[in-house]
Amino acid sequence: MVYSEKVIDHYKNPRNVGSLPKDAPDVGTGVVGAPECGDVMKLQIRVEDGVIVDARFKTFGCGSAIASSSLATEWLKGRTVEEAQQIRNVDIVEELALPPVKIHCSVLAEDAIKQALADFRRKQGEGPEAAAPEAGNGEEAER
Amino acid sequence: MTEPTENRRVYMDHQATTPVDPRVLDAMLPYFTEKFGNAASRSHAWGWEAEKAVDDARQRLAAAIGAKPREIVFTSGSTESDNLAILGVARMYRERGRHLVTCATEHKAVLDPMKSLERDGFEVTVLGVDRRGRLDLDELRAALRDDTILVSVMHANNEIGTIHPIAEIGRICKEKGVLFHTDATQTLGKEPIDVEEMGVDLLSANAHKVYGPKGVGLLYRRRRRPRVRLEPLQYGGGHEFGLRSGTLDVPGIVGFAAAVDLALAERETERARIAALRDRLQERLTSALTHVHVNGDPEARLACNLNVSFEFVEGESLLMGLEGIAVSSGSACTSASLEPSYVLHALGVGDALAHSSIRFSLGRWNTEEEVDYVAERTIEAVQRLRELSPLYEMAMEGIDLESIQWDAH
Repeated sequence: MVYSEKVIDHYKNPRNVGSLPKDAPDVGTGVVGAPECGDVMKLQIRVEDGVIVDARFKTFGCGSAIASSSLATEWLKGRTVEEAQQIRNVDIVEELALPPVKIHCSVLAEDAIKQALADFRRKQGEGPEAAAPEAGNGEEAER
Repeated sequence: MTEPTENRRVYMDHQATTPVDPRVLDAMLPYFTEKFGNAASRSHAWGWEAEKAVDDARQRLAAAIGAKPREIVFTSGSTESDNLAILGVARMYRERGRHLVTCATEHKAVLDPMKSLERDGFEVTVLGVDRRGRLDLDELRAALRDDTILVSVMHANNEIGTIHPIAEIGRICKEKGVLFHTDATQTLGKEPIDVEEMGVDLLSANAHKVYGPKGVGLLYRRRRRPRVRLEPLQYGGGHEFGLRSGTLDVPGIVGFAAAVDLALAERETERARIAALRDRLQERLTSALTHVHVNGDPEARLACNLNVSFEFVEGESLLMGLEGIAVSSGSACTSASLEPSYVLHALGVGDALAHSSIRFSLGRWNTEEEVDYVAERTIEAVQRLRELSPLYEMAMEGIDLESIQWDAH
């Protein structure tokens, strides 16, 4: 597999590797994929006043999967929750020049973003499986 | 991050192919330019010279496997040899029976022709293997029927290196009067081969796995007790006893014989040297890293082969981290089919571990220093990727990965 320079750069210098406390009310976590399929992505966001102030990832997968999730964390930081919702896998494909066989890596990254956002919203008491609304910062999440 | 030493290249993929030994190339060169005759030209010295070279090579290659020269059919490589053996027997003996037996870990050059026969009304029994890649010989015995015409089991596996007990399988086939084909691509020049002692009726091999050129192979075909008959795959000119028409690749055939001669001359010392290097590599990796699984048979294994799964790390990403080092992976991402290794699957290695597998295969010019370098680079890359791996994190937290409901997609 011949990779684009951007994929190689993300692979060699992955941005925002790590984990955030998954039980914190201001953290949303998305875990997608399966070990049997050869890729699992964990993507986390920390939200303050509706803005994503931190994003972290860990990925088990090929170079494209690592690059897609690394890029996703870069794009998430500084965006509002609504803006983050707009990130599409095709944008990732284009940015990283992913070949057709690697498009699923970008789909996985989009799914991880969606899941992380949904998890955050759920914690804020807005999701479909809303638990009791959190006091305090829960109010500020969506404007 | 520090860049790995740039441009340091180490080749450890000798089960995929090998470089041509310079001594082999020297033997071949005259047959491209001065001695360029067609071995089938009977009317002049150029043809006689080429024919003599082919006869000589045929005689040496036959001797290398305990066969007679007229039992060697030159082909374009092992894939063609496997096809000729399987399809050739099936089409010739179809009135006698329509059942064939093979093994789940065979090369696709065996499994795919078998599949094509199934579409053509034949029945194929594919025997499973145990965790080490070994056949159950009782199961093989039980699979043989009155209408079984061929058993095909490879000598050693290309991914995991497991060596099958060919002589025992040969005996079982002989008892039942069933023809026996073995693909010896991985063993010619590396492991002892004697078609008489092994009771083999058909055997495939090629030159490029043994420091000879690509594009040339052979099919051994037993001529006596029993005489194996084959329906050719291609017609035109009646070359190779009518079994494989087409002008012979004289330089390739000369190179093939030279390569096998060289390999045989040093087979035992070279096997011991390579096994020691392989054991050193395995020891380095398993002592420095946890959650490393060696795939295949720890005993009946090719000296050059080391197939390991580094848990929590995906194979293709590991290959990327081993820039400059040639190894291969059982990960789906590295295969044309986008499926993880079917060989590891047959062993019962889970798909997650198959995605995490790397095959190192050592060869003639690998050194101890290269082994240490490759081990060090691999350890570094695995550690780095584990830091990136959510699975490693979960495992370290004591979470049982098997207990998680993954959303497979």
